Amino acid sequence: MKVLVCIKRVPDTGGGFRLTADNKRVDTTNLGFAISPHEECAVEEAIRIIEKHGGSSTVLTLGPMAAQEQLREALAKGINSAILLEADDYESWDARAVAHAIAETVKPMGFDLLLFGNESADVCNYQVGLRVAHLLDVPCVSGIKALEIQNGKAIAKRESSEGWEVYEVSLPAVFTVKEGINVPRHPSLRGIMAAKKIPIEQKKPIRQNLQMARKLLKKPQEGRQLEILGQGVEAVGKVAAKLRELGAI
Amino acid sequence: MIFVLVETANQKLTESSWETLTAARDLAQKLSDTTEALLIGSSVRALAPTLKGLRSVSVVEDPRLAGYIPEAFAKIAAEAIQKKRPTVVLAPGTEMGNDWLARVAARLDLSLATGCTEFFIENGALKGVTRTNWGGSLLEETEILSTPKLLTLQPHAVAAQPLAGAEPSVEALAVTLEDRDFRVRLKELVRKEKTGISLTEAKVVVGGGRGLGSAEAFKMLEELASLLNNAAVGATRVATSNNWRPHSDQIGQTGTQIAPDLYIAVGVSGAIQHMVGCKNSKKILAINKDPDAPIFQRADYGVIGDLHQIVPALIAEIKRLKGA
Repeated sequence: MKVLVCIKRVPDTGGGFRLTADNKRVDTTNLGFAISPHEECAVEEAIRIIEKHGGSSTVLTLGPMAAQEQLREALAKGINSAILLEADDYESWDARAVAHAIAETVKPMGFDLLLFGNESADVCNYQVGLRVAHLLDVPCVSGIKALEIQNGKAIAKRESSEGWEVYEVSLPAVFTVKEGINVPRHPSLRGIMAAKKIPIEQKKPIRQNLQMARKLLKKPQEGRQLEILGQGVEAVGKVAAKLRELGAI
Repeated sequence: MIFVLVETANQKLTESSWETLTAARDLAQKLSDTTEALLIGSSVRALAPTLKGLRSVSVVEDPRLAGYIPEAFAKIAAEAIQKKRPTVVLAPGTEMGNDWLARVAARLDLSLATGCTEFFIENGALKGVTRTNWGGSLLEETEILSTPKLLTLQPHAVAAQPLAGAEPSVEALAVTLEDRDFRVRLKELVRKEKTGISLTEAKVVVGGGRGLGSAEAFKMLEELASLLNNAAVGATRVATSNNWRPHSDQIGQTGTQIAPDLYIAVGVSGAIQHMVGCKNSKKILAINKDPDAPIFQRADYGVIGDLHQIVPALIAEIKRLKGA
């Protein structure tokens, strides 16, 4: 079994955003970076599938040189090899261009299973995995929270308000994963050391003409006025009164 | 022409479909253009006349199209777009709508703007949109250079209004479906057992974050919730990543979006990822020992102090009030 997992490097935003002076980007000067949450689970799923069924796993990202940090994290957890599609201007790529570049790279590699996140935390496009599936002419189920491989087939489950939707598709196939499918492991110290020795394959992807152009980012209106009810246990009388006023008791 | 992809469930249009039709009607008025729609299903023809004010509704009815069949739906929509040549295609920004139009966009090799909240018009044509980033905690204004412009509408961005006007003409659309169009198919639906009050139904949600420190500490939040009317317990991503709570309890961008009358955030710092999931709460009460925690910038009521002392004291106080 050959498994590919595609990830995105996103800023670890914590409690708030600062925008750059031109209002086009999130100011990441003092921020760390992480693998986008759904994709962190896709990485874990890829590792578990190889642990269970044997084979090899590859992690891929389209991003700047610094995205090697996220590739190394995936390697440290147990992914076998890594590909960086190096693009410093990755933030201006639209989802269509990203999908074309990924499909072009992976088409000759013959993966049985290709995992993506359902949507990235930052731009929330909800489409790269689905587009890659189309370009490779393989089936895709999006937004899955359970995956099982049996005899060349995959059973994938989506969660809806009513219950679990169960899909069965033949491999090769693409799945876009949602957080909750598993609880990702932390890399071990040994894993981190071993990952340093794995070479990252670097390629310059071809960017198709862009069809979308970001003009600016802005913050939505937030209209709450804070009232401090008190400090410490002395505040509980006021809190209980407020709960009663709001109909909670 | 503005072309709307309509989503149905249980022989009815979904709320998001009505929102999308409302947005399409308003956009058509501004562009002095007409609106048409596409209805697909095993038995949907009877719904077409309810789409008042539209010029026409294209209907594809086939017993094999019960429920959402992703590739068949995408093939039908892509062929309809090629035939009808709309300038804008609008679908609900739901799980189904985003999946559907992404597949259509891939087939037509066009860009797709998901989660749109506003439209920009220049010289009588749609030029760009505002769309959600970071689950809605940032908004992006973007220009769309391709035509037709494929868009999904962020749920609740537009309030659904009743459609007025004449009944649309109804036309049956002929699309040949092959076996491969059914290669992604729902095999079965396993219904969930209902246990307690869900996060989306609860009137009061008590959420715990990093400050709780353990799975054990959530027991006091359970007790607090049991004393409140229609209350459920939720958690932040830190709490679910640490296995203190199951992922189904997560409130946030990658979890559940809640909109209760009151959200009580206990030991929650107020990370963007979490606030996206609770920002639609009518009131937010935060209990946190750090007065500089971002949660206090986004709450209505605040209590500064150690939750491990305050929550037990609050439980005792509520019991006292209830006993009295």
